[in-house]
Amino acid sequence: MACPPAAQPSPLPQPSVKVILTSAEVQRVVDRIAHQILEKTQGAADTVLLGIPTRGTPLARRLAARISTFEDIDVPVGVLDITLYRDDLRRHATRAVGPTQLPPGGIDGKRVVLVDDVLFSGRTVRAALDALGDVGRPASVQLAVLVDRGHRQLPIRADYVGKNIPTSLVESVKVTLVETDGVDEVKLYGGANR
Amino acid sequence: MIRHLLSGADPDLATATQILDTAAEMATVAGREVKKLPALRGRTVVNLFYEDSTRTRISFEAAAKRLSADVINFSAKGSSVAKGESLKDTALTLQAMGADAVVVRHPASGAPHRLAHWVDGSVVNAGDGTHEHPTQALLDAYTMRSRLGRLAGLHVAIVGDVLHSRVARSNVLLLSTLGAKVTLVGPPTLIPVDIAAALAPGTLVSYDLDAVLPNVDVVMMLRVQRERMNDSYFPSAREYARRYGLDGPRMRRLPDHAIVMHPGPMNRGMEITPEVADSPRSTIVEQVANGVSVRMAVLYLLLGGNNL
Amino acid sequence: MTPYLIKGVSVVGAAPTDLLIRDGVVADAGAGLTAPDATVLDATGLVALPGLVDLHTHLREPGREDAETVESGSRAAALGGYTAVCAMANTSPVADTAGVVEQVWRLGREAGLVDVQPIGAVTVGLAGERLAELGAMADSAAQVRIFSDDGHCVADPKLMRRALEYVKAFDGIIAQHAEEPRLTEGAQMHEGEVSTRLGLIGWPAVAEEAIIARDVLLAEHVGSRLHVCHVSTAGSVEVLRQAKARGVRVTAEVTPHHLLLTDVKAETYDPVYKVNPPLRTASDIAALRAALVEGVIDVVATDHAPHAVEDKECEWAYARPGMLGLETALSIALDVLGPEWDLIAERMSRVPARIAGLDGHGVDPAPGVPANLTLVDPAARRVVEPAELASRSRNTPYARMTLPGRIVATFLRGEPTVLDGKAVK
Repeated sequence: MACPPAAQPSPLPQPSVKVILTSAEVQRVVDRIAHQILEKTQGAADTVLLGIPTRGTPLARRLAARISTFEDIDVPVGVLDITLYRDDLRRHATRAVGPTQLPPGGIDGKRVVLVDDVLFSGRTVRAALDALGDVGRPASVQLAVLVDRGHRQLPIRADYVGKNIPTSLVESVKVTLVETDGVDEVKLYGGANR
Repeated sequence: MIRHLLSGADPDLATATQILDTAAEMATVAGREVKKLPALRGRTVVNLFYEDSTRTRISFEAAAKRLSADVINFSAKGSSVAKGESLKDTALTLQAMGADAVVVRHPASGAPHRLAHWVDGSVVNAGDGTHEHPTQALLDAYTMRSRLGRLAGLHVAIVGDVLHSRVARSNVLLLSTLGAKVTLVGPPTLIPVDIAAALAPGTLVSYDLDAVLPNVDVVMMLRVQRERMNDSYFPSAREYARRYGLDGPRMRRLPDHAIVMHPGPMNRGMEITPEVADSPRSTIVEQVANGVSVRMAVLYLLLGGNNL
Repeated sequence: MTPYLIKGVSVVGAAPTDLLIRDGVVADAGAGLTAPDATVLDATGLVALPGLVDLHTHLREPGREDAETVESGSRAAALGGYTAVCAMANTSPVADTAGVVEQVWRLGREAGLVDVQPIGAVTVGLAGERLAELGAMADSAAQVRIFSDDGHCVADPKLMRRALEYVKAFDGIIAQHAEEPRLTEGAQMHEGEVSTRLGLIGWPAVAEEAIIARDVLLAEHVGSRLHVCHVSTAGSVEVLRQAKARGVRVTAEVTPHHLLLTDVKAETYDPVYKVNPPLRTASDIAALRAALVEGVIDVVATDHAPHAVEDKECEWAYARPGMLGLETALSIALDVLGPEWDLIAERMSRVPARIAGLDGHGVDPAPGVPANLTLVDPAARRVVEPAELASRSRNTPYARMTLPGRIVATFLRGEPTVLDGKAVK
């Protein structure tokens, strides 16, 4: 969205848009998370990355690719669709169910790292933990997110955070990725110009 | 998403495809240790069956339970229905119980359409008279797509008592939406009048099974009741089997990739021989398993959101 | 008896005039009439028709007084512009004896809203097995002349022949419900594209046409009068046309609903559209309308068939067939035929009165004629509200439809039964 030129101030307050992470910054942050995962998991031993659709899925694949570049380790990647486990199904029109794809070795006894784009209320992660319990029994579960914007409603925290963004509840955070949206970017949409 | 599923014509191409795609995801649940999803927790599904059909009822019951819905089975026998309660009064009762969906099997064509006027919840037609059975058509389409990889451009022969078949009507409507071509085959007495105009333009009719078989990807055999011969639809079971039954030699006229379907229950020796029913081409057992997945998809898509 | 002076009325579409009704007859007619003792009705813009005569009414009494009574049906008839109705025999008990037809006749007299002329059953209990006592019914106070097993076809050709022959002794007429029963077992609606789509058992047109063809041959053979109830197909029209051209003494009726509604209505599965014979196709409607204009079909008859709510608010297959008709028939005729007043008078009053042998009915208002007439406002339009109907039942297929024409007043032998669109009693 283009900002109005300063010379012609609009009489109405315009919602502000702020770029939090540029394309290059997104890539740096993904690299950092990949390093941290290697560090915290003893070189990604017995580790599986499960992306939570929509944008957790390409993020998980990128993390696996970076880990492979850094350490020449192939970390299995999968997709965990949480639609049927959401606690807000009745608040919206029926949501389409996506595929869940577990890696060939499964997740039993493995360390599962759930990957998502934004951590907010924690409800998505709650649903993911429920879904995970129905498809297998991992040894442990960790959480990696590109952005943590706070305002948790459940006792959930991330093990790997790309960037902490302090937000107010009227603001929204939008992550776009090349794979899903054509461009890597994180933006903060505000209620009004501050 | 649609509110009720009364006819094979209700879902458009996008919705039908969504149902089949969703069913594919639901099918993975059957292979899991925990065969249960929480999506319909707190929802109530009523199975309202005015006809004995254990197969269909338990298929819907399994589907609803795998989605964590509460299931109430309301069968006509031994209930107030048997005591002469009207469909409308039964509907008002179910309404008062808070049924989110009513799955109805009824001997009278159109009964689910009437029911849909009297309840707020979703109505799923589980077979009405000689009219329709849309979830059967969806599971058939799902089975075809699983086996043959596509639906558009397939040529499907539906063979037998089309006149009295709710499976045939729903299949013709749904398959036409999905881009498949249908040829109806049977004795002229069992092919209803104006069928193409009534259901889907482009639907073909043939009285010669042998001529049709080499050109189809799917042959679906319909159950034919022996009693029909008492009403002169055909002279004898033997003559029917000879002209329209699928036996080994006839099956070998099919292209190599073609599959044989049957909605069940079969009359072995009437419309289908054991050799065919038990052959690798036969999808009869898969159809049963697919039935649960497709019904899960339908219930989820009808009840999973706030679609009212 | 109050005299009425009807001012400025168009008698069957003619130039406006005045009618003086006194002592049960039209006492005078002409412009500028005065009568100081008469109640004056300003009838500017209204059309006077001879009181309508219905050859085919189900009044349900005795037996189903919850659906209709002779009195409630008579009131519905008067509000529809009728001064005489022929009450079908399929009551419970069946009107197959002098006792039952006299009871219905007497109830009609007591209600006093229209002349109720009972129709007698052809066979005992409508069972189609042996003749009812037709002569006894003819000789009774009800003086039955029309006999019908309506609801059932007199399917046995020998029995039909005998019935046709037997009633010649008292100038009777057999009104046949033409439906070959073996071809309509379990039938729910017209056999065609829509029945195929809806999975409802079809009622093929040929089941009607085959019986009419047989019956005109039988009537021709024995030289008797045949009346065909509720003709519904283009094929039947052709059979009738040929028979009439040969001079067979056959008359035929068509219902308002068969002139307007098609089988597509069944797509709702709402049994308010279930009727026997069933609603047919648009091409049948076109043939029936043309036949009515041409005179191949002689009469519009309502087949007014009231049913209790529980017999209609159910599954299609379990519902009883039939529709209300008395209070909407003239509007449908106007809708279908347009303001062809002479044709409407012919098809809805003069000819049916002649077929039924009802003296004093079906005669245009003129000096000396019994004052059986109705006043129509052709400019009015009305929305049919089932709850507002006088019938005890609500099964009108025209609910919430806007129809042309309104009955303003009806007179039976000089006594108003309807004034200002409302029943007098």
